[in-house]
Amino acid sequence: MKVAILQMEGTNCEEESYMAFKEIGAEPEYLHLNLLRPGMLEDYDMLFIPGGFSSGDYVRAGAIFAARLKAKAWNELRKFVEAEKPVMGVCNGFQVLIELGLLPGTDGISDVPEAALATNESNRFECRWVHLKKERDSIFSANVPDRIVLPVAHAEGRFIASPRVIEEMEAQRQVVFRYIAPDGSKPDYPWNPNGSINDIAAVVNSYGNVFGIMPHPERAFFWYQHPDWTRIPRNRGDGYYVFESLMRIIEAKNR
Amino acid sequence: MLKATIVVKLKEGVDDPEGKTIKHSLNLLGFEPVVRVNVARHYEIFIDAPREEGEKMIEEMLRKLLINPVIHEYEVRVEEI
Repeated sequence: MKVAILQMEGTNCEEESYMAFKEIGAEPEYLHLNLLRPGMLEDYDMLFIPGGFSSGDYVRAGAIFAARLKAKAWNELRKFVEAEKPVMGVCNGFQVLIELGLLPGTDGISDVPEAALATNESNRFECRWVHLKKERDSIFSANVPDRIVLPVAHAEGRFIASPRVIEEMEAQRQVVFRYIAPDGSKPDYPWNPNGSINDIAAVVNSYGNVFGIMPHPERAFFWYQHPDWTRIPRNRGDGYYVFESLMRIIEAKNR
Repeated sequence: MLKATIVVKLKEGVDDPEGKTIKHSLNLLGFEPVVRVNVARHYEIFIDAPREEGEKMIEEMLRKLLINPVIHEYEVRVEEI
């Protein structure tokens, strides 16, 4: 499975993502937005938009990345999504997918954004490990345990949408992960780090192939990325299982 | 030459953490009567185009980049300079 890791000025964690895809047996390639030419996207089986601070987070986080991507390859991107190829955005990448109208995608693809990832309720950059509860299986979460721990690092991650969109998302079970308190109860700050409605941390579109997640699975892929790696013996970071879920698709493709 | 002044602000009802933080700081600095602060973004965009064309462009700029309709509203003023 060929994975395009999309880059532009200010993206980060593309190396972690590259290594994660390599580890699970995919063929990742970096693809800079400036080098994206007509017809290039269709060569790939999956599109990955990494985190970071694209274009300095000016205007709104992810807005410039989304506008430039839309201007360059909107029709191709639409086809990519309609062909039900996987698209995944982490952190800033999630913000880009929201701005593009690909998420939450209650009814496929929307021409205008249906949601926003607004400034955190705390008005601060929130950087810590959070607890997540898996709400459903998807191609991105099938192998993930019910409770995991991943790091967040963002200033704009408060998921907001109209009550109608939220209702539709919940009815279609589009929420993949929610923030949760360490004891399993409903999280207050800081366990819901940004004040997201319904503690939403990750969503998938109605087709099930576009996935956006605020915490960083690629920053918790190897166990040594976790602060307790010298104290607690384990083989994998929890982020590994997100990528492992994708491996199923790869194996199906190779068969 | 056209000068477009665009103010993008949060819709009524959308929480404004930045405004709340500034309000709190102003209270701490002794401005106790301050009860609310709204933060907005102010753009001045200079365009070398006839007015009608310029206005159309601004509409497009708003839609393509400057606002997210879920949380923002805006005011536009265009003048010839």
